[in-house]
Amino acid sequence: MISRLNWPGAIGISLLVALLLTAIPLPDWVQSWRPAWVAITVIYWCLAIPERIGVFVAWGIGLVLDVLHGSILGQHALGLATVGYIAVLYHQRIRVFPLVQQSLVVGSMVFFYLGGMSFIYNMLGSRHYGPEYLLGAVTSALLWPWAYIVLRDFRRKTVTSAR
Amino acid sequence: MEKRAIKPLFTESSSPSARFIACLILSFLLISVDHQHQHPASLRAMLAVAVYPLQYAASLPVRLVDDLAQTLATRRALQGENEHLRGENTQLQARVLRFAALETENQRLRQLLDSSANRREDVAVAEILTVDSNPAQQQVIINKGSRSHLYVGQPIADAHGLLGQIIQVSPFTATALLVCDERHAVAVEVNRTGLRAVAVGAGESNELMLSFVPTNADIEVGDLITSSGLDNRFPPGYAVGTVTAISAVPGDQFAKISVQPSAQIGHTREVLIVWPERRVDAGASPP
Repeated sequence: MISRLNWPGAIGISLLVALLLTAIPLPDWVQSWRPAWVAITVIYWCLAIPERIGVFVAWGIGLVLDVLHGSILGQHALGLATVGYIAVLYHQRIRVFPLVQQSLVVGSMVFFYLGGMSFIYNMLGSRHYGPEYLLGAVTSALLWPWAYIVLRDFRRKTVTSAR
Repeated sequence: MEKRAIKPLFTESSSPSARFIACLILSFLLISVDHQHQHPASLRAMLAVAVYPLQYAASLPVRLVDDLAQTLATRRALQGENEHLRGENTQLQARVLRFAALETENQRLRQLLDSSANRREDVAVAEILTVDSNPAQQQVIINKGSRSHLYVGQPIADAHGLLGQIIQVSPFTATALLVCDERHAVAVEVNRTGLRAVAVGAGESNELMLSFVPTNADIEVGDLITSSGLDNRFPPGYAVGTVTAISAVPGDQFAKISVQPSAQIGHTREVLIVWPERRVDAGASPP
């Protein structure tokens, strides 16, 4: 009851953690396996409360991610807005999927997101991103059930505790 | 709660599709503006300030491990290291003494020859905050920015050689492009022969390629490559790398020359920021 209006805080904290996990330095060989933490978190919130978290919020977070990555401004914003849009559009369908099917959907969303990112990198930055850049989609799919459960419990404690 | 949550969906003024299209347009606008380097620099700098605590926090675990390792180091190991450093210091100081004499002699000779005198350089030390999380992108973020008078295009080095240059500056941080990035090039010369070339990053860490060196040029494996200063960006005389492999491609008039950078990319935490000319407003940096 007390924490009823806490949802911006809860979302902020989860996104902060996701951004932190994105920024933490890792050894080279693990780098390409790093899950798309921010994309996963954005997808979760878009599925859970699409009436509050949607395309615009995803876009703003993408902008922050752009600065963090030092990529061209608008690149990750575009990617995350697309991901958020798809999640919001199909949230009623994806919500009722079993977890395994959900992780397949999330994995493919992240796959196309990373593919789009590497495409833009290759096109604009004259940098070559090999297919190993897409490995993050695999780890993201594997991680989804856990992320889903953790974030759901977190949301129940904060966002909708007043129901 | 899902049932409750569906209700407010219809109170929204715009549909997700309309928002998505708006975001799409905004993104493409930003990308094209940023790509043409008509930088929305202030926006990026503003966001970079907001992101700074995050980067700092992300670098904390590594720092913590470093500190822990130092705390847990044995007395004997510390004494050994201390002794080693003292020995090295003595050697270096002896070399500096000789170097100072040589420098004055060099300057005198240059004056005699009426050529431009060697400029003195200002140097400051900064720390690497984060290495970019994209493996193919060879850039790092350092913990000094425009508040310490850093500027875009400024060379950075480490104790062993040239490291790269700064490509973005925000008040507290700066992004530096490393020499081994594909987008990076330095005007260099072979220390032994004075042969001029351009060293371009190979895109993977720890390799550079020398461009436009003819197959019959006098160059050998093990040659030291230094910056020539002809690009008006990097100061001359900084070690860039050593030649590791030379191969002639049949039918190509230029040789394929690989260079291993002298700077210990991926091992250093401290970087030297170099002000090639003495700037009037470089008060924040020690001489």
